[in-house]
Amino acid sequence: MASFVRITLDDRVYLAEEGAQLVAAAKECGVYIPTLCNYPGIPPKGACRICTVLVNGIPHTACTTKVVEDMNVVTTTPELEAFRTSIVEILLAEGNHFCPICERSGNCELQALAYRYRVPVSSFPYLFPTRDVEAWHPKLIKDHNRCIQCKRCIRGIHNAKGQAIFAFGKRGDKVVINIDRETSRDISDELAQQAMDICPVGAILRKGKGFDTPIGRRTYDHAPIGSEVAP
Amino acid sequence: MTAKATPAKKVIATTSLAGCFGCHMSLLDIDERLFDLIELVDFNKSPLDDIKEFTKECDIGLVEGGCSNDENVHVLTEFRKHCRTLVAVGECAIMGGLPALRNLMPLKDCLDEAYRNGPTVADSNPQQILPHDPDLPKLLDRVYPCHEVVSIDYFLPGCPPSADLIWDALVALVSGNELALEYRTFKFD
Amino acid sequence: MTASAHPTIQSVIARYAGDATRLMDILIDIQEALGCLTHETTAAIAKELKVPQVTVEQTVSFYHFFAREPRGAFVVYLNNSVVAQFHGGEEVATAFEAAAGCRFGEVSADGVVGLFHTACIGMSDQEPAALINGQVFPSLTPDKARALVAGMRAGRTLEDLKGRDYGDGQNAHPLVRALVHNHIRRRGLTVFADYHPGEALAKVTGLSSGEVIAEIKLASVRGRGGAGFPTGMKWEFARRAAGETKYIFCNADEGEPGTFKDRVILTERPQMVFEGMAMAAYAVGAQQGILYVRNEYHYLRDYLEDVLAEMRAQHLLGEAICGVAGFTFDISIQYGAGAYVCGEESALIESAEGKRGEPRDRPPFPVEKGYLQKPTVVNNVETLCSAVQVMLKGPHWYNRLGTEQSKGTKVLCVSGDCERPGIYEVEWGFSVNDILALAGATAVQAVQVGGPSGACIGPEEFERVLAYEDLATGGSFIVIGPQRDLLKDVVLNFTRFFRAESCGSCVPCRALTGMAQVVLERIIDGKGTAEDVERLPSWQAIMRYNRCGLGQTALNPITSTINNFRSLYDGRLARGNPRFVPSFDLAAAVQDYEAAVGAGKD
Repeated sequence: MASFVRITLDDRVYLAEEGAQLVAAAKECGVYIPTLCNYPGIPPKGACRICTVLVNGIPHTACTTKVVEDMNVVTTTPELEAFRTSIVEILLAEGNHFCPICERSGNCELQALAYRYRVPVSSFPYLFPTRDVEAWHPKLIKDHNRCIQCKRCIRGIHNAKGQAIFAFGKRGDKVVINIDRETSRDISDELAQQAMDICPVGAILRKGKGFDTPIGRRTYDHAPIGSEVAP
Repeated sequence: MTAKATPAKKVIATTSLAGCFGCHMSLLDIDERLFDLIELVDFNKSPLDDIKEFTKECDIGLVEGGCSNDENVHVLTEFRKHCRTLVAVGECAIMGGLPALRNLMPLKDCLDEAYRNGPTVADSNPQQILPHDPDLPKLLDRVYPCHEVVSIDYFLPGCPPSADLIWDALVALVSGNELALEYRTFKFD
Repeated sequence: MTASAHPTIQSVIARYAGDATRLMDILIDIQEALGCLTHETTAAIAKELKVPQVTVEQTVSFYHFFAREPRGAFVVYLNNSVVAQFHGGEEVATAFEAAAGCRFGEVSADGVVGLFHTACIGMSDQEPAALINGQVFPSLTPDKARALVAGMRAGRTLEDLKGRDYGDGQNAHPLVRALVHNHIRRRGLTVFADYHPGEALAKVTGLSSGEVIAEIKLASVRGRGGAGFPTGMKWEFARRAAGETKYIFCNADEGEPGTFKDRVILTERPQMVFEGMAMAAYAVGAQQGILYVRNEYHYLRDYLEDVLAEMRAQHLLGEAICGVAGFTFDISIQYGAGAYVCGEESALIESAEGKRGEPRDRPPFPVEKGYLQKPTVVNNVETLCSAVQVMLKGPHWYNRLGTEQSKGTKVLCVSGDCERPGIYEVEWGFSVNDILALAGATAVQAVQVGGPSGACIGPEEFERVLAYEDLATGGSFIVIGPQRDLLKDVVLNFTRFFRAESCGSCVPCRALTGMAQVVLERIIDGKGTAEDVERLPSWQAIMRYNRCGLGQTALNPITSTINNFRSLYDGRLARGNPRFVPSFDLAAAVQDYEAAVGAGKD
């Protein structure tokens, strides 16, 4: 039986479910905390750091923080907003993000956050890393150029036997997400679609899919990401 | 210093470096506002009026495209010298854009594919010649965003930036007011 | 993979009962048997363990001592740390390359010699040093490098190459036989004081667990890894944590460049470390201990196992320790495989569970959910030694040592440009100048206190003292002489180190370490701008939101020197009109084109 406790979000008091994830609880309260590596229903990882908020004055990633009684959360300050903008800028410069030719453009969470924060250009050095496009899989394409290493596919996608399909390889700025040849062999079209959908950017694609929603009808064409929580 | 002769009108220069002229097309897409524009500004060096070299100092330079060869670098440097405010217009100027897809492989591989090994050229270039006439611009090792070559004052995103964004930006630049970046016009595609 | 590899893989995995959480041990053993871990090998391992191959690859590819292809009959890992470079590392590397006939990162054509670089191997007092097939070859010279390669080609054995010129103390122990020297220059009152194994445990087992923790708290013992968390509090949390099964970890993964104290302590005081773990187990109610040691100290394995066996025979480990019924505790040794970040306690636990060494999100803290999700204490080697002395001599004795907020002693690892590099065990509160005088450092440009993640300070700050409240340090103390190019020889090396050692999970750490290297190299090349120097400290503000200490401090080498040696940066900035970006070099940018068309001209 869920018990509800008082929490403070940006100086307003709300009731929230004790033990709930702070991002989700804030959403229930109509407070938007931006996320990128977070995805409902899978274990949080705190990788992108963009959901960092101040919990009782100390920075914590809201995706890995649980609601406790009387917690005082500040979700937005000029420093936090500047930090979030920096995360977006860093990611844009770290990978190879060519929005005009990306199947995910208009539905991409990274792009949407760049729109939300009005980032026209990255103030960080564009690295133009050399990365692969893997197309050996019968149903999936993995375009590493666009991958932001959020691990949502690793955490969220398993085959019918419950085995992992994706995993990290290497470390540091060489990390790469690998697809297992055995465990991914017989995935259904539905699972392939789930893998594509769980990717916040256009790094996992279903073969033969893409550009099926015209400009003007895509998720973030008209209103910023987060408007669904706090208009 | 530049606009003293005609203090009411700002002077604009435009160019397309490693771009597709799509951003220029989008500028023309402001439709009937073109009449308002020519009331507000004069054009100097620009493909729109075919003035090849700067004949005066300009207030605003609009640069489409990134730097893919040494001629692009030369033109961009000229723009920086002659324009008080320099604006990177569109994804290519901002981060290299689609031409920068070649940044993901060595230049040699690109040249070989384009002139020696590609399916459309393999048979027609038996001597395996790569173009190297002294009059041809030299390709850079990669496509550079404009701000990696000269300082850039403003960035207008889009591929191309929407006509409304270009219009809003020009009005802001000419009037000296801050540009309110509307969500509607702020896009990367 | 050869046909005979399969039985090896099967027997190794059987040795660990097919337990995938023992993947580190499995991989280390299989690599030892087969020389490397190819794609085919990981496929076979995955099949045996019944896990996806990508999961095995995830671990293998994280650690840099795991080889994916043969690395030669003799695998040379030459240290390229700052201190190694100070003492001629570059010349040694050149000699190795010339003799082997291959570059670093390659294997010689005859397959005899493989040359690879590695980060600090814990030998900063005897650099340049290399690990060759797991054995340490310290104080290398170009001549020695040439002789080693010649010996390898002549078919000599590793033992033969090593010779018999063993180091001092237990380095000459029959089970160690290492060329390594301890260089203990100053024995303090804690770690290197007189010590008789078992006395502390005898005393501890006469007290209740609560009383033991109270003593540790009263003594104000704090963690010696650098962060300084109160040890008594950590034990208390773990004692109170729910559950029957609990673990004591000793963190001997010292990877901070310039640190080598754990190596010397494990060589000379292993009983003290293990006794400290057993004491912690008594206080916390733990049954199992794991000593996590960096792979660079693999040469101590047989010796440490022997010490453990001896302690079991003496009833200092095992069942009914010191005759106390129900006090059961034993220790196993877990080796790492080359990853600095595993020194972070939650990454260390992940690694011990057979995974990539990625720090965990906290809470929950390891004292609540640690190894295998059970309450786990992770203590530094030196912390455990301190706890042993506190129990022997009492908290009041301990409190008389050190400063107001830093009690006891600290084992310092002094290296770099000084006469007497080595181990100095001093009370907290010694000034930098005191240490420089002891080590015989006369001309000093800067001192790197606490390793790359610490601070780089100049002479105007040498009266500052080593203490948690002033200059905190895990032990690394690198003296930098006036002849060094601080930005190129030190800061750039450290920045590359952090870039290579980031686990890659948090965005700022993964990307900004490399981006900072780009900007720093630009400045060093004389192509930087004032804006470049301004932006690096602003990146530090982003880095502090990283999950772990590595990420939070990875730009410290840069920001610390911008704060304290600003003129070194300003003096290198590009002159000229800032409207034309100085780092853009047209002549360099067209070189590829000219080379390509030059080759293609008819």
